[in-house]
This record gives sequence, C-alpha cells and structure tokens, in this order.
Amino acid sequence: MVLHKIKRLLTKLGAGCVNKIWRLGAGGRLFWLTLLSSGESFRRFRLTIREVYFTGVLSLIIILVSAFFVGMVLALQGYHTLQKYGSSEAIGVLVALALVRELGPVVTALLFAGRAGTAITAEIGLMKATEQLSAMEMMAVSPIARVIAPRFWAGVIAMPVLATLFSMVGILGGYLVAVPLIGVDEGAFWSQMQANVDWEYDILNGVLKSVVFGVACTMIALFEGYDAPPTAEGVSRATTRTVVTSSLAVLGLDFILTSFMIAM
Amino acid sequence: MANAIVEIQDLSFGYKGRLLHKGINMTFPKGKVVAIMGGSGSGKTTLLRLIGGQLKPTKGRVNVCGEVVHEQDREGIYRLRRKMGMLFQHGALFTDLSVYENVAFPMREHTNLPESMIRDLVLMKLNAVGLRGAHALMPTELSGGMARRVALARAIALDPSIIMYDEPFAGLDPISMAVICDLIRSLNDALGATSIIVTHDVEETFQFADYVYFVADGVVAAEGTPDELRQSELPFVHQFVHGEKDGPVPFHYAAPEYHASLLRGAR
Ligand SMILES: Nc1ncnc2c1ncn2[C@@H]1O[C@H](COP(=O)(O)OP(=O)(O)O)[C@@H](O)[C@H]1O
Ligand SMILES: [Mg+2]
Repeated sequence: MVLHKIKRLLTKLGAGCVNKIWRLGAGGRLFWLTLLSSGESFRRFRLTIREVYFTGVLSLIIILVSAFFVGMVLALQGYHTLQKYGSSEAIGVLVALALVRELGPVVTALLFAGRAGTAITAEIGLMKATEQLSAMEMMAVSPIARVIAPRFWAGVIAMPVLATLFSMVGILGGYLVAVPLIGVDEGAFWSQMQANVDWEYDILNGVLKSVVFGVACTMIALFEGYDAPPTAEGVSRATTRTVVTSSLAVLGLDFILTSFMIAM
Repeated sequence: MANAIVEIQDLSFGYKGRLLHKGINMTFPKGKVVAIMGGSGSGKTTLLRLIGGQLKPTKGRVNVCGEVVHEQDREGIYRLRRKMGMLFQHGALFTDLSVYENVAFPMREHTNLPESMIRDLVLMKLNAVGLRGAHALMPTELSGGMARRVALARAIALDPSIIMYDEPFAGLDPISMAVICDLIRSLNDALGATSIIVTHDVEETFQFADYVYFVADGVVAAEGTPDELRQSELPFVHQFVHGEKDGPVPFHYAAPEYHASLLRGAR
C-alpha cells in the first residue's frame, strides 16, 4: 500500500520533471526561432515601436509610482540605521546604490511581468484561440516574425529604459524624504552620491541586469501565450504561469548575475 | 482530371494515432465551386489544413497546382499559400487592426505597392463584399455576418486562385447567409478562382455548388452534382440531405455497450 503510494508519487514527480524540461526545450526553441526571424522587426521598425508603446508606456505609471515610494522608504530606513553611526550624509549613496544595482532592475522586472507580461500572454493566447495566428500562417506570413519577434524586441528595449526611470524617480523620492523632510545636508547628499556611484561597476551592471530580465520576462510571457491551450481556461492559466515563472526567473537570474558581478 | 487545381490522393491523416481520414480521393477542377460536406467532427477543417500545408498527411498526398504540398519546404509552402485565400470559421480577423488594415494586411506583407494603390485595392475589395462604408470600424464593432464578409475581403485581397471557406454559414441569420451564398459564387466567377467550401448546410450549398463530396467515417461516402445527390438512394446521403436524427450516422458517439458499462460501473 505505502509502496504503491510512493511509486505513484515518484511517477507524478517524474512526469512533472519531464514536462518542465520539455517546456524549457520548447521555450528555448521559440527563443531561437524568434532570434532567427528578427530581421523583419528591425527592417520594419515601426512594428517594434508600436509594441514598445504598448508594453513600455502602459507599465510606465505603475513603475514610476512604485519607484517613488520605494525611494522614500529606502531613505527612511537608511537614515534610521545610518544616524546611529553618525553618517547620515551617506544616505544619498545608500539610496542610489540600492536602486541602481538591485531594486531598479529587479522591482521593475517584477512589475513588468505583472503588468506587461500578463498582457502579452493574454493577447498572444487569444490570438491563437481565435485562429488569428493560424490565419496569418495561411496568408504565408510567419506569426513568429510578425507577432512574436516585434514584441520580444520591444520588451528588451523597454525594460532597461523603465529600470533607469525607476532608479531616477526612486532617487528623487529618497531625496525628498532625506533633504526637505529629515534635513540631511543637500550638498552632502548629492556629492557623496556622485563620488561613490561608479559608472561601470554600478550603473552599467544595473543596465545589463535589466536587459537580461527584459529578455527573460518577455520571452516567458510570449512562450506562455504561444503555448497556451486555445481555450479561455488555457489562456487564464497561462497568464498566471507568466507571473509565477517570470518572478522566479528574475530572482534566480539576479542572484546569478550579482554573484558574477561581485566576483569580477 | 487534367485541369484539376487541387487534387487529394489516397489521403490518410489522424491526430495522435487515431485515424480521422482513411484514404480520401477528391478533385477540384479549375473554376468550379466544390463543397465538402459531413457532420461535425468528421475532419472537414482538418482537410482544409492539409490542403494549406499546416498538417502533414500520414499517407497519400495533396497536390496543389501540380505540386505535392507536404514535400515542399517552408518557402515552397508559403509560395503555394500565396495562391490560396482562406476564410476561417469565425473569421479570425486581427482584433488589433481596423477593418481597413485587416484587408490591407496581406498586401502590406507580400507586395511593395504604394499606399495610394493599397487604398484603392482595399476599398475595391470591401466594396465587393458591400462593406466599403465600414472600413474604419474595428472587428469588435462588427456583427457576425459583417465580420465574415470582411474576412472574405481579406481572403481575396491578393486575388487567390483557390479560395477555401470553412463553414461560411455557421451562426448566420438567413439574410447574411443569402448574401454569403451569392458572394461565394460571384467572387469565384469574377476571379476565375476555384472554391472549396466546407459546410454542413445542405440547402444553401446545393443551390450554388457545382459538385459535392460527402465525408463520413473518414472516407468519401458519396459524391456528385447537387441534382444527382438529391436523387440518391444511398441511406447516408438520404439521412444527411433530409436531416434525419438516426440512420447510418448513429446518434451516439462510439462507446462501450451501455448495459455492460452500467454493470461494470465504468466511466
Ligand atoms: N489539434 C488537434 N489535436 C487533436 N485532435 C484534434 C485537433 N483538431 C481537431 N481534432 C479532432 O479531430 C476531429 C475533427 O476535427 P475537425 O477537422 O475540426 O472537424 P470538423 O471541422 O469536420 O468539425 C475532432 O474530433 C477533433 O476533436
Ligand atoms: Mg470545422
């Protein structure tokens, strides 16, 4: 009896693993095909720009508002700790580094997955369910070149821009709390930040992270939509999976990237 | 037939091992309107996908313009598809594009025509289906019949030599149905095209089709001109043409014997 249960559990586990690996392969294949058929999204760049508008501009508000609050909280928490050591002027550096190196890219990617990623999955899934992708194929137009690739590049372009804006607005939020509210010296706030934030080590690495997150989040959203069973239920499940998978991928990738960046 | 533009030879196909088509032979001569009829789930849509090269036959082949579809590479299949126009069951209009852009889509993708020429062509195609006035609407603002007609305008955007219709009458009111009937015949004759119509509406189809194939159990159960089929004594054709509930086509989906499964408590 117990043996039987264990056997069933193992079978289920194995099937789950095989399924996950299979999906990883299918996702990789779609990624490769997307890269191969990307020519058109650059030749007819208007297609990509249109998607940048939809993915980027639509998530702009939520990202900017979040950035503002994150920046303010960082300043409050940072000040609270730093003043114990009598170095409250370092608050500017703390806010800037936390945002540029970590919170900017990561929180932007998480919000992007929730706002733009789900929209992408639902859109592609519905296009599939209503046979729009099939119709395109019958018109001798590749849906990967015409629908998937422009959205992919739009996500890859939008993410670093959004992350940069996140960091900028976050720093503004931190400034408003630290200087006018708490009364930290304005000159010290900015000059310490300027002196201690390194262009290559901090800013470029942050941008690199957000590019990687852009690739991951957009590709996951596109794959989930493209792979969704063509039913209402299938699309709604795929949308949920987009958020879960993207979030995990972002946090996992962040750890990997950070460890490489610190080691170098 | 010498002037056959599409030929299906000994075609077998199945999803996941279960054979849906078991050796089908059909011929679609140039300039004709040919109907493929059969019950729901008899694999009519699948047959159109096989002609369009979206699926590969298990056995046998489909010839389009003298070329074997499944032996073509991607380029070849796309080249063949450019000669085809397909009207999907629910229209499959691109919901993010306006009516105008939907019809312009194939032209923008496959030609380098200047914008003024595209405009003239799009309005001409929309005029042919009676919807020139609707060019600025979005697909969600159209009724079912209008959406079907826009999809038709899009399907003929590049003057295809083969037009395929998947259940063009399904879910339409009688007036829209009559309009589509007229359009199928007149477009076919105006473009000099060959039309393949998949449907289960007997009355409408018999009015304008030149030739009809009946598909049942994966084979061609009967074929002929509408007049021949109306006279047919074949039980299956009789059941279908007169819409009888039970006959050679059983009311029940294939299942284990009822009594036995009750006793066994089977699902
Ligand atoms: N992609 C698919 N995978 C597996 N089975 C399918 C698929 N598409 C259709 N089928 C099955 O094939 C049969 C025929 O489908 P279809 O060609 O759409 O029939 P029709 O258009 O005549 O109603 C149906 O029983 C359907 O369940
Ligand atoms: Mg069908």
